[in-house]
Amino acid sequence: MDFPILSSLVFFPIIGMVAVMLLPKNAFGAIRWTAVGFSLPPLVISAWLVFDYFVNFAAMGTMAYMEGPFDWIPSLNVQYLMGADGISVPMLALTGLLSTISLIASFGIKERVKEYFAFFLLLEAGMMGVFCALDFFLFYVFWEIMLVPMYFLIGIWGGPRKEYAAIKFFLYTLFGSIFMLVAILVMYFTSEPHSLNMLTLIDHGPTLSHTLQIVCFSFFFVAFAIKVPVWPFHTWLPVAHVVAPTAVSVILAGVLLKMGTYAMLRVNWPMFPEALRTLGFWIAILGVIGIIYGALVSLAQKDLKKLVAYSSVSHMGYCMLALGAFSSVTAIAGCMFQMVSHGLITGALFLLVGVLYDRAHTREIAAFGGLGSKLPIYTGIMVFFSMAALGLPGMSGFVSEFMIFVGAFGALNKVLVGISIIGVVLGAAYMLRMVQHIFLGEFNLARWGDLTDINARELVTVVPLIILTLVIGIYPKPLANLMNGTLEHLVGLMSR
Amino acid sequence: MTENAYLIFLLPLLSFVMIVFFLRWKEKIAAGYSIATIVVSWIMSIWVLFETLGRDGETYEAFYKFVEVGNFSLELGILVDPLTAVMLVVVTTVGACVEIYSLGYMHGDPLFSRFFAYLSLFLFSMLGLVLANNFFMIFIFWELVGLTSYLLIGFWFEKKSAADACKKAFITTRIGDLGSLVGLMILITYAGTLNYGELFELVGAGAIPAGVLTIAAIGVFCGAIGKSAQFPLHVWLPDAMEGPTPVSALIHAATMVAAGVYLVARSMSLFVGSAEASIVVAIIGVITSLLAATIAITQVDIKRILAYSTVSQLGYMIMALGLYGYDTAVGHHSPGFYAGTFHLMTHAFFKALLFLAAGSIIHAVHTNDIREMGGLLSKLKITAPTFMIGALSISGIFPLAGFWSKDEIVATTAHHPIFYVLTLVIAFMTAFYMWRLCFMVFFGKPHDEHRYEHAHESPKSMSYSLIVLAVLAVCAGWVGIPWLSKGFAAFVYHGEAYYPHFSFLNAFIATVMALSGIGLAYLMYYKKSISAEKIGAKIRPLYLGSYNKWYFDEIYHIILLNPIMAFARFMWTFDARGIDGAVNGTAWLTMVWSDFKMWIDKWIVDGAVNGSGWVVCQLGNLLRLIQTGKAQSYALFMGTAIVAIGFWKYESTFVEGVWPTMTTIVILCAVLLAVVGRLVPQQVDGPEEDK
Repeated sequence: MDFPILSSLVFFPIIGMVAVMLLPKNAFGAIRWTAVGFSLPPLVISAWLVFDYFVNFAAMGTMAYMEGPFDWIPSLNVQYLMGADGISVPMLALTGLLSTISLIASFGIKERVKEYFAFFLLLEAGMMGVFCALDFFLFYVFWEIMLVPMYFLIGIWGGPRKEYAAIKFFLYTLFGSIFMLVAILVMYFTSEPHSLNMLTLIDHGPTLSHTLQIVCFSFFFVAFAIKVPVWPFHTWLPVAHVVAPTAVSVILAGVLLKMGTYAMLRVNWPMFPEALRTLGFWIAILGVIGIIYGALVSLAQKDLKKLVAYSSVSHMGYCMLALGAFSSVTAIAGCMFQMVSHGLITGALFLLVGVLYDRAHTREIAAFGGLGSKLPIYTGIMVFFSMAALGLPGMSGFVSEFMIFVGAFGALNKVLVGISIIGVVLGAAYMLRMVQHIFLGEFNLARWGDLTDINARELVTVVPLIILTLVIGIYPKPLANLMNGTLEHLVGLMSR
Repeated sequence: MTENAYLIFLLPLLSFVMIVFFLRWKEKIAAGYSIATIVVSWIMSIWVLFETLGRDGETYEAFYKFVEVGNFSLELGILVDPLTAVMLVVVTTVGACVEIYSLGYMHGDPLFSRFFAYLSLFLFSMLGLVLANNFFMIFIFWELVGLTSYLLIGFWFEKKSAADACKKAFITTRIGDLGSLVGLMILITYAGTLNYGELFELVGAGAIPAGVLTIAAIGVFCGAIGKSAQFPLHVWLPDAMEGPTPVSALIHAATMVAAGVYLVARSMSLFVGSAEASIVVAIIGVITSLLAATIAITQVDIKRILAYSTVSQLGYMIMALGLYGYDTAVGHHSPGFYAGTFHLMTHAFFKALLFLAAGSIIHAVHTNDIREMGGLLSKLKITAPTFMIGALSISGIFPLAGFWSKDEIVATTAHHPIFYVLTLVIAFMTAFYMWRLCFMVFFGKPHDEHRYEHAHESPKSMSYSLIVLAVLAVCAGWVGIPWLSKGFAAFVYHGEAYYPHFSFLNAFIATVMALSGIGLAYLMYYKKSISAEKIGAKIRPLYLGSYNKWYFDEIYHIILLNPIMAFARFMWTFDARGIDGAVNGTAWLTMVWSDFKMWIDKWIVDGAVNGSGWVVCQLGNLLRLIQTGKAQSYALFMGTAIVAIGFWKYESTFVEGVWPTMTTIVILCAVLLAVVGRLVPQQVDGPEEDK
């Protein structure tokens, strides 16, 4: 048997978790470096996957690196089945990258270090698993397993009102998962022979009655929409972000949110084309509401981290708009670009917010001013990512927004898409407002005189994100080619 | 050289990267490097211009695919045609002059290297915009010039006014970009391509329905409204003067703001397909031009006067292009395209000159307020004459550059009476406010002795740039002299080449208007035979309106900004109270429900369990009554039982269908006896049994 590439993505972090737990409690250095060390193999492997998939499979967009099906619980026909295609490979790479970066960014954690890093590695394992599981049971296990470390990471290492935020996050997501479970069971019992294999169920879905399709679609949708989060299921997000430690916010925004949209593309959309035709337009409307609404609420924020959190709601709204325009490959490709791009940009923004918070111990936008003269490098990077977030050309966000707009404009109601474009102006407004209040204007020497600029370790975490944001923005073709075959296949399934 | 034209815009990018990463700490080298790259770009641009002239304006195009998904693709590439070639030369010429000028102007600034880095980044973006071969790429660079404009307006970001202005500029222009995005969406949806050549061919063939084309063209024009500061988005440009003066000259006068005009010229094939869109363009242009001119006549900040003058001149060009589109759409010949692009070129030179000279004046007297200047002619031996050359050029005095291009604009309006009259009125006002400025600054007595005493001519790097631009402000128009057989009009044209006919009448009327404007300024501000104050007092409402820019900023604050911010805050409250309230409310209801169930559990479910136990207990207590431990009692029960059983046996056997009365009586008597025996206090010798 070949080397189990995808499983190794899941099991390296798990081995790492065990290794971390075996270390003595106070060996902080050893714990940190062990954790980072065990996150490196997945990073390297996922990067190799991108390359290998691009060379060997991208043209056809086939499912590759299949492991299984191995019988797991034979009486229920539960199997261990993994595979990756053009939409999972970029997500795996994003997860690998952001996990390593977040672990490095977590070196500032001072209390209960061992548990923190152990939880973090478990989280990574769960995320990797979600992006390559092809059996519903396995998928569900990974989906749920992630909640546990996330709950503790927010609930133990979080800021004020951490218990509230952790419980809210946990319960809300679990609430959604129940719907998913019901939908999975419906799929299981209606298929003959009973199956949990996503690949075969994709052909089973369209044979269901119209009503049942709508019900299953909606149930899956609720579960995934809470994760994205789609307006109006978004309110756990700012709460969780504001209290979560920096690195957890990075993972939350960078990877967890994408699990929702990824799952829609993997499960919901191709499995129930008929329901999609009925509901697609309404999903696009939810997306547009999210874009405008998220941007407006961002505009009113006083807390820097909350601003970034609400900007996520707005940016994920673009994804939903694209998913609503499911008949257009361009729009769906834009959605994938937006997922990658938002992971990079918002991940970086959360890192940068953390850098400032570590020094100033406040995130209140109004408390700052004129930092541009005191922290030139930090300011430069922050302005860079603000520009990236507002969709400036030359950076990844522009490519995705443009593709989404073009695709959606052709496939959906033109007025609706026209309204969504207002988000571009509002995006500029809230980002530049933030930049102005924090970095421009007069510097308060008495209060912030001893702030120091970004340090080397923090730079290491941000620079890869800068490079990728630029590379994708300037030369998006390889990424597009990587996904193109798969997307055409998926759009074909959606338009059945 | 033309096939290497991409180097023209990549060189400044190289300069930007080099300065940011390597040369930041070596100010002189950074500036020198930056200037060297733009000079090389300039030489190449000239070369490209001559090659294009040699090819008789044939276009050159090269591109690569930027992204391909499904059957959709976007490309990046360069297109060199006469319009591009001319613009390249204009941008690099002004760019080089401004960079050299900045050596002196920015001397001693702590962010000296950064300034040159930003200028290089701007030139990269602007040249990329000019060279683009499709709407997607022009949009990319369109946004990038917006970014550099943002960075440079906010260059002195510690000033609150600068910080406000850069944000305002970016967001205001982005509102315009919304329109152009919609325009692009329409074009790509209907035509499937954004490449100029392919797209215009499809439009010409009628691939896009007329109504849709009108919307698309107006959409594209919205971008120009934002970038070129046209009504109603003109409000950002005067505020943008918070940036360093070289920036005002390069970006906010000569090049970037002209990008809107360039865009309209570039997409002229869309406008000639839609008379409605074209007339909208023309009307917006003339409104802007008039509006800005009326504001400029009362301003006192030298840079703001020039800024409004820029807005006004851009309106001129836009109007000319719009009229060309309209005339062509309805089948007439028009010199509008030629007039607009020609004026774009001459304006770039004389307006850059005016700004740089203004910068030199500000450098000398350290104020922007023209009321505090005066008599500077004797102090500023180079600045003053060059400024006045620029002022003559913009006023349209023979034979300076402005004369030739303005003449063509007047000629364009010749068949549209309203436009014609307004154009002449604006020409009059332009001459008036420019010379009001000149007379107040250079002539008369110094208003502020202290400033006057300390005024001194600027360093050489600044003066040289002024001289070069002054020469251009005089000569640049000569390429468009109507009698030339191979002039500007035969080179840059849309559709068919247009050969202008010089109309002495128009030239005469325009010149009279300009001279009378200058004359009035002379009388009011030099001779003072007409009192400006008295006139101002007579038409006070008009004066106040003009002085306060017709209250556009205030109105926008009241009808747009404040409501949007209030709405944003409302949405936030709604989010916390409404949506999150619903979530938390659901959670709360769940809690209440579970409390209620807990109550049921405690009092009803568990109550039933405990209740049955309680009943058993009570029964036990009852039974305990007969558990006395006395032999007599037990004997009594036993006896009673035997008797009762006997009776019961008897009654059940012989008396049918009747209640066993006797048995009952016996049992009751026994129970009664037992209870009575229990209740009646007994005299016992030992300790009491239970308490």
